[in-house]
Amino acid sequence: MEEQKGSFAVKKGLAQMLKGGVIMDVVTPEQAKIAEEAGACAVMALERVPADIRAQGGVARMSDPDMILGIMDAVSIPVMAKARIGHFVEAQILESLGIDYIDESEVLTPADNEYHIWKHDFKVPFVCGCRNLGEAMRRIGEGAAMMRTKGEAGTGDVVEAVYHARTVHAEIRRLQNMPVEEVMTYAKELGAPFEVLMETRELGRMPVVNFAAGGIATPADAALMMQLGVDGVFVGSGIFKSGNPAKRAEAIVKAVTHYQDAKILADVSKNLGEAMVGINVSTMPEEEKLAGRGW
Amino acid sequence: MKIGVLALQGDFAEHIVMLKKLGAETAEVRLPEHLNDLDGLIIPGGESTTIGKLMVIYGLLEAIREFGQGHAIWGTCAGAILLSKDARRDQPLLELMDITVERNAFGRQVDSFEAALDVEVVKKATKTDAPFHAVFIRAPIIESVSADAEVLCALDDGRIVAAQQGKLLATSFHPELTGDTRFHEYFLTLVEKF
Repeated sequence: MEEQKGSFAVKKGLAQMLKGGVIMDVVTPEQAKIAEEAGACAVMALERVPADIRAQGGVARMSDPDMILGIMDAVSIPVMAKARIGHFVEAQILESLGIDYIDESEVLTPADNEYHIWKHDFKVPFVCGCRNLGEAMRRIGEGAAMMRTKGEAGTGDVVEAVYHARTVHAEIRRLQNMPVEEVMTYAKELGAPFEVLMETRELGRMPVVNFAAGGIATPADAALMMQLGVDGVFVGSGIFKSGNPAKRAEAIVKAVTHYQDAKILADVSKNLGEAMVGINVSTMPEEEKLAGRGW
Repeated sequence: MKIGVLALQGDFAEHIVMLKKLGAETAEVRLPEHLNDLDGLIIPGGESTTIGKLMVIYGLLEAIREFGQGHAIWGTCAGAILLSKDARRDQPLLELMDITVERNAFGRQVDSFEAALDVEVVKKATKTDAPFHAVFIRAPIIESVSADAEVLCALDDGRIVAAQQGKLLATSFHPELTGDTRFHEYFLTLVEKF
């Protein structure tokens, strides 16, 4: 019997297993255990959550492999880690650790200001951020097996996550409703690879799983993104920068499952303690936004 | 025929697509009362720790155990783990099938794979001969079966990847991720039979 490893179906398949779930940023094995206990479907191992990266400034890079391995040891759920945009050597290192998913992430300082990683060359699957359909199609063309709308990481302000998810979905609706002869020009406008765009048109959705990320801080935020049509959510700083991480983490997990049940949402939103201190994105200078990174 | 798919977390939507292709009526199950008028239930792939936790919180562990006394249930991957008696780890299980499973038995994601499998009962039930294309994702293996549980399919090296116990079915791979509906057809024959 021939076994085929690292195929696109297998890479995309893991993301399908994460659907309807919450992926949480963790910086220590202890936090990873709290996340798993709370019902996270995966964790993102990193040295600093986006809110701290923002506050501390400087160059943000791939995390220490030893710290990532510690988190991989601590939990049985999949572990993801971030590489800088275009930094294919960081990606090679993460792959060698046996990480389950690589996030080629705008939250870290980009290593290449023109090109992303050619992700087809890897056995490990990649997730990438997008603000619109063109960006998503380009990343999928490069081999991303999962997408996430970018939002604005480390702010606790959901407004950009909503804007990016709405933009992607509006563009998909437009794509589906146009006659086929208009698709090539639309591909040119979006800067999107034509074949991936045609596949998206057929399916009526991206051909890979799409989560929301960047600014989700409450169960209501998470359910809002689910009702807007994403497949699951990433919560970065929102959990471990809040007053009661374990309780908030579990509440967000429940909110993603029961995203259409307002009674359950009301119940899980009670007495969560303080949410993370937010940064209002509308007053943020353009150059401080992370979402603009990526090409 | 109305088939429920446990929709707490995981690839439940993929199962619903397959069932609809076969003309079955479907329902998403998130609370015990959603089991009421169902003829069978699928527990999808996902993270067994997440699904198990939510099953406990929302009273579905007991409700599904009871449902399983009189109805067909099929678990794929995480679902197979949840149906087992023993997952060699402290986590909530339905303990409906006399099987022992080992989680992530093939390794991490880089070891996930696709393979062609011959599953005789499925071929027979669907009157087809082509091998079944199976997708294994951080998959468990069924370490052993006991009592009335039977092996449906093993890899060349003998590792068990599908088992059946009367109306209960467990597969460590994901027929819902392929275009091949034969496993779902086979499950519907079990639903009809019991």
